Amino acid sequence: MSLLRVDRLVARHGLLQAVREVSFTVAEGEILAVVGANGAGKSTLLRTIAGAHPAAEGTITFAGADVTSVPAHRRVRDGIALVPEGRKLFAELTVEENLMVAGRRARPGDWNLESVLDAFEMLRPLRRRRAASLSGGQQQATAIARSLMTNPRLLMVDEASLGLAPVAIDAVYASLTTLTGASATLILVEQDLGRALSVAGRVLCLLEGRVALSATTAEVTREQVTSAYFGLDRGARPGAGPSLLENS
Amino acid sequence: MNWLNAVVQGIFLGGLYALFACGLSLMFGVMRIINLAHGDISVLGAFLIWTISTQAGISPFLALVPALPVMLVAGYLLQRAVLARSLRGGVVIPLLTTFGLSIVIQNALLQIYSPDVRSLGSAAGSISTGSRRLTSQLSIPYLGVLTLATAVLVLGGLQLMLQRTGFGREMRATAQDPDTAALVGIPSASVYARATAIAVATATLAGGFLAIHSTFDAASGPTQLIFAFEAVVIGGLGSLWGTLVGGVVLGIAQTAGATINPQYSILAGHLVFLIILASPRGRAILTRSAG
Repeated sequence: MSLLRVDRLVARHGLLQAVREVSFTVAEGEILAVVGANGAGKSTLLRTIAGAHPAAEGTITFAGADVTSVPAHRRVRDGIALVPEGRKLFAELTVEENLMVAGRRARPGDWNLESVLDAFEMLRPLRRRRAASLSGGQQQATAIARSLMTNPRLLMVDEASLGLAPVAIDAVYASLTTLTGASATLILVEQDLGRALSVAGRVLCLLEGRVALSATTAEVTREQVTSAYFGLDRGARPGAGPSLLENS
Repeated sequence: MNWLNAVVQGIFLGGLYALFACGLSLMFGVMRIINLAHGDISVLGAFLIWTISTQAGISPFLALVPALPVMLVAGYLLQRAVLARSLRGGVVIPLLTTFGLSIVIQNALLQIYSPDVRSLGSAAGSISTGSRRLTSQLSIPYLGVLTLATAVLVLGGLQLMLQRTGFGREMRATAQDPDTAALVGIPSASVYARATAIAVATATLAGGFLAIHSTFDAASGPTQLIFAFEAVVIGGLGSLWGTLVGGVVLGIAQTAGATINPQYSILAGHLVFLIILASPRGRAILTRSAG
């Protein structure tokens, strides 16, 4: 049974359709990479699943329950966690306070302050530092740790590598796949195709808000993903329209 | 001119202004709204305490005991039922909403209590008029000490709550980024409602001290709002201890002005406020409030 089911989801920014009738499922324990160029609708898709952006049409079903209209803070208690693009730490709070604030209304689970600091050892000496004073890699680690504090069943990470040095990116991805464990369900939004395909079991490629490709990483080549990423094979695929506007 | 006595009395007056200002500072710090009904809410609290005190024949300090929880609940419901909707409308709508609320409260009080001036000074007993004379030119009023001590306790308690409790961390997180706060499970509507409840309760406490300290009537609210606003700006928007400093600076300015000429009292306070506003600190405050 699917842990997450997204059915003909539409999300808009004003008149602009950022997500256009996107449908997919995510099974428990699966790692799904969502790829696409800037403006493809990846972040909007994740934010809509998390409840931070309203769904205009379609449904989102999580663990068998319709959460389409459920407020974001309640979806966290249901088990959906989003590490937002740009980390979005509470800058004036310390590292420890950022973690504790997420753990206050967390679901029961293995993650708590001590276990998270054990997992992210680099954060332990930084726990009393203001989040605004951290480096990019430290902030990303804190952001992921903060989401883990909610004991999610589904963890979504938006552009984990954005603005980070290669060494820091390696560390972040190593921690993601290790810490979430074998039974973790993960959705990763990533612009780096190679990175995304190396960790994910399935890939969903968005182009102008629509699903251009959905396949397992075993059955698809990098060239096919690249082709879908840039819309190079658009002419051969029915339904791949050029316009993002609702009425075009 | 007895400047030392003016400064001392100004410090105690500043305690009253700090009590008025802390709720205003809290609401701005958490929700980024300036509650134009804040002064009227404190006067509403004063009338509630007056009613309980005169009907039950008890001291206004005892009347605070039932009044504070009532106003705490009223503040919570005010946010949930009225202010929550206005928050979605941008910057101007909350201002208009609280302005309208101010008019409603003033006119309701006028209808219920008439324009007559009231005071709880006599009901408070000797503490409202008593003082300890240190020298021929300097005396320490008991009510002033109590007011300042209460202000320090309230501000200290709020600061402790913000820094050391889970709810306080949620308030600080929601104040910085309500969208991301929701993504970690914090219900911003509930946080705002509890912040408003605390602000209304502290306004009621301030109203009670105002009623003991001097006279009040249904139209006293806007004056208290101005003093509270000046104390907040002088001390720094969103800073609780800054609110105490701002209140004390304002109080000293007013008593110093009164020492020169009693008619200069209020003007002196306004002048200090305008000087602060025109300074680089004031410009930084204005930039922050617009951001």
